[in-house]
Amino acid sequence: MNVPKSLRTRTAEAVADRRVVQAVQLASWRKVDQRREALAKLKHAEELSERAAQIRQHTLENLPRYLGQFVERVTALGATVHLAADAAAACRIITDIAVTRGLKLAVKSKSMTSEEVHLNDALAAAGVRVVETDLGEFIVQIDHDRPSHIVTPIIHKDRKQVAQALVRELGCAYTEDPTELTMLARRYLRDIFRRCDLGITGVNFAVAETGTICLCTNEGNGRMTVTRPRVHVALLGIEKVIPRMADLGVLLKLLSRSATGQPMGVYTTLVTGPPRPDDVDGPQELHVVLMDNGRSDILAGPLREVLRCIRCGACLNACPVYRSVGGHAYNSVYPGPIGSLLTPLLYGPQHDELPRASSLCGACKLACPVQIDIPELLVRLRAGARRRQPLAKRVLLRGWSWAMRLPWVYRLGQKLMRAALPGGNDWISRGMGPLKDWTIARDLPRPPALSFRRLWKEGLDDER
Amino acid sequence: MEAALFVTCLTDTFYPRVGEAVVRVLRHFGCRVRFPAAQTCCGQPAYNSGFHAEAAALVRRMIAVFEGCERVVTPSASCATMVKRHGPELLADDPPAHEAARRLADKTFEFATFLQHELRVDIAAHLKFDEPVTFHYPCHARGIYSLDDLQGWLAGGNGQEVRAPARPDLCCGFGGMFAVEFPELSGAMLGDKLAELAATGAQLVVCSEAACGLQMAGGARRRGLPLRFKHLAECLAESLGLMEAQP
Repeated sequence: MNVPKSLRTRTAEAVADRRVVQAVQLASWRKVDQRREALAKLKHAEELSERAAQIRQHTLENLPRYLGQFVERVTALGATVHLAADAAAACRIITDIAVTRGLKLAVKSKSMTSEEVHLNDALAAAGVRVVETDLGEFIVQIDHDRPSHIVTPIIHKDRKQVAQALVRELGCAYTEDPTELTMLARRYLRDIFRRCDLGITGVNFAVAETGTICLCTNEGNGRMTVTRPRVHVALLGIEKVIPRMADLGVLLKLLSRSATGQPMGVYTTLVTGPPRPDDVDGPQELHVVLMDNGRSDILAGPLREVLRCIRCGACLNACPVYRSVGGHAYNSVYPGPIGSLLTPLLYGPQHDELPRASSLCGACKLACPVQIDIPELLVRLRAGARRRQPLAKRVLLRGWSWAMRLPWVYRLGQKLMRAALPGGNDWISRGMGPLKDWTIARDLPRPPALSFRRLWKEGLDDER
Repeated sequence: MEAALFVTCLTDTFYPRVGEAVVRVLRHFGCRVRFPAAQTCCGQPAYNSGFHAEAAALVRRMIAVFEGCERVVTPSASCATMVKRHGPELLADDPPAHEAARRLADKTFEFATFLQHELRVDIAAHLKFDEPVTFHYPCHARGIYSLDDLQGWLAGGNGQEVRAPARPDLCCGFGGMFAVEFPELSGAMLGDKLAELAATGAQLVVCSEAACGLQMAGGARRRGLPLRFKHLAECLAESLGLMEAQP
């Protein structure tokens, strides 16, 4: 039987993979610095972030109203709205759209929501070929790999691996020159764009007052995906809606700066309904798939604020855990600090370990443009799953908490600890029992013979 | 002025010298120091692990232990955060206890901020170093004191150079139970942190957090790095001639 690896095993293996760790560290730090510089140049960055958090929180607290408004507007514009209760429903709706219309070749611009529901697999099973058109996602696809970051999916690959994948797939002469490789991929994808009949996108923001969907991309592939094919399907989580067009300005100012340090993404595409009769091009049909997939439950629970997330990925870059293990160790479409919250909430208790893999250093909270208190929410998830924590830990913590309520037991514990760590050496390099896991990573100093309370009792108290 | 010392369980057990330094420095600046002997732990390990009933019981204990003390001073910013922020949160559904936790929060101070704000001590003016120093800014100091505060305190230093690490607020990888639940990961974070400190070329690291100190000193020893870690209170006590300098 194939027993899934524990998170500890996965992290231990990941930190030992120097090639991946180096690639991730280099790219993440670069983005941390770029983000900081970009925000430093922005006037009133702090106030904007405050405002963005308010907009997102306000939306969540009034979600039925804004969703209703969005659906009404976008329907009036001529789009077809589908409601998907879960991942299976979303996949079924989209495959049905493709199959009933005889659509065979789909282009997709980068969409985390589609990754969340494993849409590509569903479409492939229905005989629809899907081609990822974001360069990073394209490389993931041709390498049969998984994205390891929500914004930069191939952050774990170095230049050589990227070159090998592209050269193999495109059948060109070996080169590691990024420009050359990009041009080769572009030529390949242009041909796909010419022949495709279905375009699938996610949605960065859906504006309720106008029924507009907003897509942010850097490569122009998003805009081609929504204009070339004859059918456009936009898949969005129900939390992606925002009230007004004015709110979009606030969020866009923060999104790209937080994600990549750019003042603005290269292409910001606003789609307000399918083409009107006097438009010369564009798809014949626009389908909007509004997906719940667990979001209503999150919304009704104590971790609602996690749904403010605008998927900028800043918390991943800022996180020392993410930088140390990369994205794959999370075993989830959503890695990093936000992933450690979203994954158990969306996919269930088999991911309960994730919130525990954090030192709660708070770098994610500082980086978050919509001010999600990620460490606080991680602790709440730990609390919610305490009964499913390992028995040894539960016994240890219960016992420890009990001991700490009785000073004599506490003092006895200090004595026992010194007795268990016999003298002669001031440091222990190979601990036994509960100390074993400590000394895997570092030595342990032997506690001095006199604790502070003994020092106090034996003279420090009486000096004055 | 009277101050009750909350020494914290880690400092009590592993770093009694830090407790002694805090007492001597506070006395030097005119405080009468009490040490309520019934104190144990603030409950932070239980809180962080999600064992909130256990943590709440320890918060109630803290309230009782320090009842009647005018001010509580602790050498740990993370334990101060536990008392000041999470204590009241944990008792939110018991109004009288919540109020008591609030009172404890209001009268609890981290050591350096107590010197600066309550005793009006110019820390920088009293600090002397014999060698270049670097420092660690503990993650849980956020909300207690800023990185600028810390750099300001160290800036005196007898003209010795303060060599800031490239990323002074990088986490040391301790994180409570995290350190033993994911030791390989915690160790990787520790390795990155120590590399940052070692790259400064300074060997003396001012680290005013027992838990981070335990992690980093143990990591430095394991890796054979010549780094030494001292709490700001020890540095001050030595500078003021209140304690013998320890190599």
